[in-house]
Amino acid sequence: MIISPSLTEPPAAQRGRQRSSQRRHRRGHRLARGVSVAEVLAGAVILLLVVAAVAPGLIAPGDPLGINPLQSFQPPSANHLFGTDESGRDIFTRVIHGARASVTIGLTATAIGIGLGLVFGLLAGLGPRWLDFSTTRLLEVLFAFPGLLLALLFIVIYGPGVVTSTIAVGLSTAPGYARLIRSQVRQVRAAPYIEAATVLGHGPASRLVRHLLPNVAGALFVIATLGIGQSIVWAASLSYLGLGAVPPAPEWGAMLSAGRTYISSFWWMTFFPGLFIVLSAAATTLLGRALQQRKRSS
Amino acid sequence: MTPAAPLLRWLLLRLGGVVFVLWAVSTVTFFAIRLIPGDPAEAIVGGPGSEASADALADARAEYGLDQPLLLQYLRFLGRLASLDLGRSYALHQSVASVIADTLPPTLGLAVVALSVAVVIALAVAAWSVRGGRAASAVASFLEVVAAAVPHFWLAILGIVLFSTALGWLPPVSVPGPSGLILPALTLAVPLAGFLGQVMREALLDAMSSPFALSARARGENENGVFWRHALRHSAIPAIGLAGWAFGSLLSGAVVVETIFARPGLGRSLLQAVQGRDVPLVVGVVIVVALGYMLVTTATDLAERLIDPRLAARAVSR
Repeated sequence: MIISPSLTEPPAAQRGRQRSSQRRHRRGHRLARGVSVAEVLAGAVILLLVVAAVAPGLIAPGDPLGINPLQSFQPPSANHLFGTDESGRDIFTRVIHGARASVTIGLTATAIGIGLGLVFGLLAGLGPRWLDFSTTRLLEVLFAFPGLLLALLFIVIYGPGVVTSTIAVGLSTAPGYARLIRSQVRQVRAAPYIEAATVLGHGPASRLVRHLLPNVAGALFVIATLGIGQSIVWAASLSYLGLGAVPPAPEWGAMLSAGRTYISSFWWMTFFPGLFIVLSAAATTLLGRALQQRKRSS
Repeated sequence: MTPAAPLLRWLLLRLGGVVFVLWAVSTVTFFAIRLIPGDPAEAIVGGPGSEASADALADARAEYGLDQPLLLQYLRFLGRLASLDLGRSYALHQSVASVIADTLPPTLGLAVVALSVAVVIALAVAAWSVRGGRAASAVASFLEVVAAAVPHFWLAILGIVLFSTALGWLPPVSVPGPSGLILPALTLAVPLAGFLGQVMREALLDAMSSPFALSARARGENENGVFWRHALRHSAIPAIGLAGWAFGSLLSGAVVVETIFARPGLGRSLLQAVQGRDVPLVVGVVIVVALGYMLVTTATDLAERLIDPRLAARAVSR
């Protein structure tokens, strides 16, 4: 799965959660203005990732591809914070420079998933009954390719690579988004203010753009934030399996894949890229959950 | 009408749905596979670049029926499916059914062990945090998010480095027997436990502060009793609702984990088939996985209806 269960859980659980969100809001350690310690940490990690993705040179001025065979397999030290790899490339530099590729892949895959999900979700949520029926059946078929299966099928057809693996991850998350958007749209569509807009004589297009989309957008943003982390993890998994980005590109999954041969002797080659995957996935999830809580309690 | 009649009707509809989805999945897969550039006969004879002779290619095409019109191929494919014949693997030169029969049991075993471990971990953390107050709740929530964010392959590597290389307790590759199962199962279980824990803890927290928990306390039930006898059941419903998702997660995890630990199984065969473009094997695994997914979701829907009759009423309006 790709998407986290908080997106796919049954409505019963979501209702239960909504009921208790007020109470839960008071739980946990909170600093000033209702921000928890975990959220501050998550914010810091995301800031680091953004800076690393936009201007990696600010944090790691070295060359991520610059080899130095005399310095190969150095353990972490003051000179090489995360050690060096088999060609003497500095792993800290590579991990920081890898943020751009990994974050871009994660964001693009999520955007593809949500874009497709939006198309199908809106068709099913707004269209006539037969369209809803056929779209829902189509989604059921797509759900029967669970987890990475759809992605693997896509890669069989179009061959491995960064672009195909990104599209593949986006594609396999799309059915989940579509189902969620459909139920969101259905919920909002029944809201009194939509009815009011209809009574006031607004046409379908105006209702869609001015009333429906803005109200679905908030939920969508939260879902997207929650989905980015998982997209990064799955894209990196595909790279690790040799189906995505390939070494020596400084992409986290590819770095892990390259370090796989040296697991037993040089742990730092795989430890640090993996750590950054965990950090970015956890940080985006925490951010998404924080947004979710804010949205519910407001 | 007897009370069983709606359930039976629902079940029949569901079975019809299963058959429809299986047909759609195999059709989508069959035609999607035709989009692969290149000659499938080359893949049969030995992959691209093997420079097979024209005769060998023609023989391979004839053997696998690739020289027939597409529609005929499709109909024959459906006919074979109906008689449970999944064709022959290009790369392994044995029937897909026998490959799946060999690789499915180890993967199922791994998944069942991993799922059990995940449920135990998730429950233990949830039980501790629900009664441990605010600090415990915050810690548990943080641990769950981090666990859910850990990629399988990284966890596997850490496990190998720590328990095989440094401590020497467990084998780095999966050997037969329980010691070879520990690391793969734990690797699969930890992220799953993170997801399960998030959902179960929410439900447990709700249940522990619900009116029925209050009334149980008023009857003199202690906190342990409230937790095990009353609240636990309520956390089962959202957890069961996750089953379809967990199935996909375990399968995707198995692809990674079986590859890293060199463990024979369906996931590893699938990856090898994808890498080698072994079309019949990919199609076969896809169909078997889709069937498994449909069975799991049907079973869980049934279980949910039996546990919580309110859902049956709701499903009508959905």
